[in-house]
Amino acid sequence: MRLSPRATTLLVLAVLIALSPLMFPSNFYYRVGSLIFMNGLAVTGMVILIGYAGQISLGHAGFSGIGAYSCAIMPVQWGIHPLLAPLLGAAISALLAWLVGRPILRLKGYYLAVATLGFGILVYMVLMNEAALTGGPDGITVADSGLPDLAEAAGLDLSNSQFWYWMSGLVLLAGAWLALNLYDSPTGRALRALHGSEVAARTVGVDVARYKLQAFVISAVYASVAGSLLALQNKFITPDVAGYMHSIELVTMTVLGGAHSVLGAVFGAAILTMLPQVLTVFAEYEHLLLGLIMMLVMIFLRDGLLPSLMRLIRGKSE
Amino acid sequence: MSDLLRVENLGISFGGLRAVNQVGFSVKPGEILSVIGPNGAGKTTLFNMISGIYMPGDGRVVLNGDDVTGMRPDLLARRGLSRTFQNLQIFQNMTVLDNAIAGYHLTESGSLLADLFRLPGARARVRAAREGAMALLARVGLDRAAETEAGSLSYGKLKRLEIARALALDPKVLLLDEPAAGCNAVETEEIDQMIAEVARSGVAILLVEHDMKMVMRISSHIVVLDHGEKIAEGDPATVSRDPQVISAYLGTEAAEAADA
Repeated sequence: MRLSPRATTLLVLAVLIALSPLMFPSNFYYRVGSLIFMNGLAVTGMVILIGYAGQISLGHAGFSGIGAYSCAIMPVQWGIHPLLAPLLGAAISALLAWLVGRPILRLKGYYLAVATLGFGILVYMVLMNEAALTGGPDGITVADSGLPDLAEAAGLDLSNSQFWYWMSGLVLLAGAWLALNLYDSPTGRALRALHGSEVAARTVGVDVARYKLQAFVISAVYASVAGSLLALQNKFITPDVAGYMHSIELVTMTVLGGAHSVLGAVFGAAILTMLPQVLTVFAEYEHLLLGLIMMLVMIFLRDGLLPSLMRLIRGKSE
Repeated sequence: MSDLLRVENLGISFGGLRAVNQVGFSVKPGEILSVIGPNGAGKTTLFNMISGIYMPGDGRVVLNGDDVTGMRPDLLARRGLSRTFQNLQIFQNMTVLDNAIAGYHLTESGSLLADLFRLPGARARVRAAREGAMALLARVGLDRAAETEAGSLSYGKLKRLEIARALALDPKVLLLDEPAAGCNAVETEEIDQMIAEVARSGVAILLVEHDMKMVMRISSHIVVLDHGEKIAEGDPATVSRDPQVISAYLGTEAAEAADA
């Protein structure tokens, strides 16, 4: 039996999520795993924006910030149910992406990069300065979602890290499923077409502005949900989640793993999330090494790590 | 029969250069109108104005009775205008088949949610578009290359892929910008026949082409441009005898042929 690339990706992802805990030496790794999945989710959204549509954003952590702070603020300040907060956060992110995207997606290349960077910084500044609402630079505690307790009541004996490992793994799978559905759909084809040639896309009837905006909004929702998951797991959040370093991390993960494939991007997220944990050995040189690795990958493996590795393996077997 | 496409006094300037000036003509369903002229005469600029890529400086473009001057290309596509490009505009990042399916965008696309959740309606539309695309690829002889990356195809094949993509829109008006460029004699003849066939089905065709044999063979009407101006117009026999045309364009070619 031959599986479609879509089914293969989902299967590989599901198996990795299900079997990785067998190799975890301690409970700590559940936390690393869940962080990988949360970053992987945000990066899957970036694949739609960067890999499919060929647009760049250096401000997507702003949407993660909105997702995260929605979980912190809404239940406490406005009495909204904690489980509704991530959904409302995603809706706000979508609305904001739609409003911001309309003017700035007219821009191309580095102009678009700078404009999105500006948007991210704007969100960060608001989170830093509206201290009455956000707690400012010190951060804010996130009300318990009650989800892990719910799981316990259902007879699942899971620690907090374990619970969020499985939860974020499931959400990542769902996000990957949607992104893969999109790839071979009319929308996905329109996005890839405008990536290849905007002029030609227009002449076959693609409303380029509308499709760019769709990609921007969808990827914003992914980033927002990822931010919400992080907030719910950590139970504490600081404005750094919306910081430009995090935005740049998201783009780097996407491009490092391979912007054209969901699996590649998740792979990129895994590497950049784990490296700092591994590199603690070289504590003092951690950032130096990280930067060096990234430069080398971009110089020698332009398609990203996973596609390059796959080609190497295929080339050897032929 | 009424005109499907009418161009009236169309003109555009780039800086101080008058690229196209006061050009007008009309095409009826089933006609093939060729626009010829030396390099830099403004043929592609004219195409770009008609297809909404450039905003005309003055004049009008009338499609099926409606003024569509300067309308966006995607809206023109909805009204049945389709085109190919002189310098290929292929989706290099996609397979040959995906390029052809992209031509079905207007009939294939539905709602975003249907796409995200792969609902039956979306899948049925994709299936229909894929079948149509495969049939078109077979027609231009590219069905066996369907799954290859479009970027790896030869120039001649990409030209044919562009024609297939343009036909996928089921256009009423088709603009072909040098469809036979870079093709050998056999390929040119195939393209030639295909264009005639498309015209017979009632499509109005606008053609820019340097292969004079092809132009003389298939055109129902020829417009000659030089320095952005229309210097002659008529059926192939009339135009090829026009002294002004011979000195501006055909003459040079005839002289080259005599030298060779």
